[in-house]
Amino acid sequence: MAEVTHLGEKRYKGAAVVEEAKEQAVFERDYSKYDFKDPTDRYEYIGKPGLSREVIEEIAHIKGEPKWMLEFRLRAYEIFLKKPMPTWGADLSAINFDEIIYYARPTDREARSWDDVPDYIKRTFEKLGIPEAERKFLAGVGAQYDSEVVYHNVRKDLEKKGVVFLSMDEGLKEFPDLVKEYFGTVIPPEDNKFAALNSAVWSGGSFVYVPKGVHVEIPLQAYFRINAASMGQFERTLIIADEGSKVHYIEGCTAPVYSRESLHSAVVELIAKPGAHLRYTTLQNWSNDVYNLVTKRAVAYEEATVEWVDANIGSRVTMKYPSVYMIGRGAKADILSVAFAGKGQHQDTGAKLIHAAPYTTGTVTSKSVSKDGGRTSYRGWLKVAQGAHHAKATVLCDALLLDEHSRSDTYPYVEIDEDHVTVGHEATVGKVGEDQIFYLQSRGIPEAEALAMIVLGFMEPFTKTLPMEYAVEFNRLIQLEMEGSVG
Amino acid sequence: MTDRLEIRNLHVRVEEKEILKGLDLIVQKGEIHAIMGPNGSGKSTLAFALMGHPKYEVTEGEVLFKGENILELEPDERARLGLFLAFQYPYEIDGVPLSRFLLQAIKARRANGEKLPFGEFRKRLLENLKKLRLDESFATRYLNEGFSGGEKKRAEILQMLMLRPEIAILDETDSGLDIDSVKIVAEAVNALRGPDFGCLAITHYQRILNFLKPDYVHVMVDGRIVKSGGPELAHELEAQGYEPLLRELGIELEEGAQRPSKEEEKEGVA
Repeated sequence: MAEVTHLGEKRYKGAAVVEEAKEQAVFERDYSKYDFKDPTDRYEYIGKPGLSREVIEEIAHIKGEPKWMLEFRLRAYEIFLKKPMPTWGADLSAINFDEIIYYARPTDREARSWDDVPDYIKRTFEKLGIPEAERKFLAGVGAQYDSEVVYHNVRKDLEKKGVVFLSMDEGLKEFPDLVKEYFGTVIPPEDNKFAALNSAVWSGGSFVYVPKGVHVEIPLQAYFRINAASMGQFERTLIIADEGSKVHYIEGCTAPVYSRESLHSAVVELIAKPGAHLRYTTLQNWSNDVYNLVTKRAVAYEEATVEWVDANIGSRVTMKYPSVYMIGRGAKADILSVAFAGKGQHQDTGAKLIHAAPYTTGTVTSKSVSKDGGRTSYRGWLKVAQGAHHAKATVLCDALLLDEHSRSDTYPYVEIDEDHVTVGHEATVGKVGEDQIFYLQSRGIPEAEALAMIVLGFMEPFTKTLPMEYAVEFNRLIQLEMEGSVG
Repeated sequence: MTDRLEIRNLHVRVEEKEILKGLDLIVQKGEIHAIMGPNGSGKSTLAFALMGHPKYEVTEGEVLFKGENILELEPDERARLGLFLAFQYPYEIDGVPLSRFLLQAIKARRANGEKLPFGEFRKRLLENLKKLRLDESFATRYLNEGFSGGEKKRAEILQMLMLRPEIAILDETDSGLDIDSVKIVAEAVNALRGPDFGCLAITHYQRILNFLKPDYVHVMVDGRIVKSGGPELAHELEAQGYEPLLRELGIELEEGAQRPSKEEEKEGVA
């Protein structure tokens, strides 16, 4: 009976709610809003591909840095050459260090007014909504374009209170002693190959100092834009929150789509002095040809709180494991890591909690979504040192797989050298249920939207930590990612 | 006659087992129909099949609504056409606040560009929460997550009030509710009653019908409607159970199918 056959086919189509998506996994990440390029012919300086002592000396020379910094760079370069590529984590075999441009200087100075930023660069940041966000809800903004910060400003009232928010280069010029005291102390070049690389060729990034007792109630933001092809961006950020202070720093990043690999390898060092509260939020939305290999670490003193809120949506490969060394009694760490891996992407992310003092509390919440063959990994290290009694650690990993081709793994390493501790670890891998989709569809919501809604709900613990404007942007990004996923 | 839901000779299979075996029913807008029947008679299967759950395979028959064979449509298309199902066991959607979900569902219905101002949405939401004796904060909770059985049912009715369907199917919305909640739910349904609203209430118990006052009552047994009548039929069943009727029709049922199961009884007082 023809009709029955027809209904049968119909049923098949319906039954395959999620499965069908993967059949037509011609996944085009809709990145058009961020995919535009400026010509590089007006750049002040653009390096040739490849890395050598000369390249590093050239960078230091152009920047006019003190001698100790050049020595630091060259020492780091030696370490970089000696360290092998990591043999664990994501596949990095496509990175060719000889093809990367290590330094590109688009303009000769850092502007304090958008009017002083070259027009074409200003237009780029306008398209990305940065000046508008600054006017509306930010305490300060830094904008980095390839290797250099082209714009930097902080609200006058905060400046009067002694809040420092500069590019790392300006920070080094204006606060040489402070920078020398802390730079590279949380993450030395010896830490890993990419931390060494960053230490050798770093440029840009932020230097933040919040004086004792000062609360910065609205966020500071840095925006990182890669423009040139084959670019390596190596920003270096150091944030010092002095005793009892409070600050929230947000970074966002995008790049145009090239078919050649770009490299983003940052180092971020946070220091939370006693009683300080420091939150660092990342909304990583690189294009799918960027290798994002970042080292992020914080030190938390007595009763200090450090929160890493780390979202990775873009990039081809991300390897990033924000960590907190709780070295003071009663210090707290809260790490929230969110990853989204689509076709061809591998998000190898996680967190490290190091309890090195008594009564420290650490929490890790990891949420990952994989679709169209994307891969997420949670890699965590939980360490409770001897003497860190009454430490409390909780690790929660939830992975959501949207189809059979996608993959999620968990690699939790736990090392406990103290008896009186409370440690909890829980990991789940889930799939989106056909019933849940049907339920949402029964309210008139089309299948693709229903799926996006479930994914956004899954990410909600992250979204709700964001200022409203960013939450809206994040939700929009995820919706774009989910578009075309169900045909 | 396009404003009615017309079910013709509906056969439905679930995992190779035929559950509905040729069901016919017409629900006009403006009418309230009740379907009663012993356990396993296929009542919930009817509800899921009408809404288009992918596991429920229609092997024969058609369902017309507004002149369209809705079996050809996706569940969301059926919903946008004006059909609604209040689930017996609503699913939990983690991280999606009820209010955001409602807003998105309403937006999806207004694909033709018509806009619902947020203020208007908010006003309607507050009115309907009040009708269901739910606190304002209820709408900020994640959809069905951690809701009690009663809250889940009221949330279903809240969705119905917000989405204003033309034909609503209530799948045992009264089960698991105490008598006050049954009243609240029935009042909410009655508030929609009128020439533009039709309702198919599937129930195991007569008590909701005291408040809902259906125009027609149907008895469903083994995948078919075996008897239809007015409200008096429900009272008859309540007083005598299904046995006399089944005997009269010469139908034999498996042991235990005629009375609410232990689990359902427990749920009934929860």
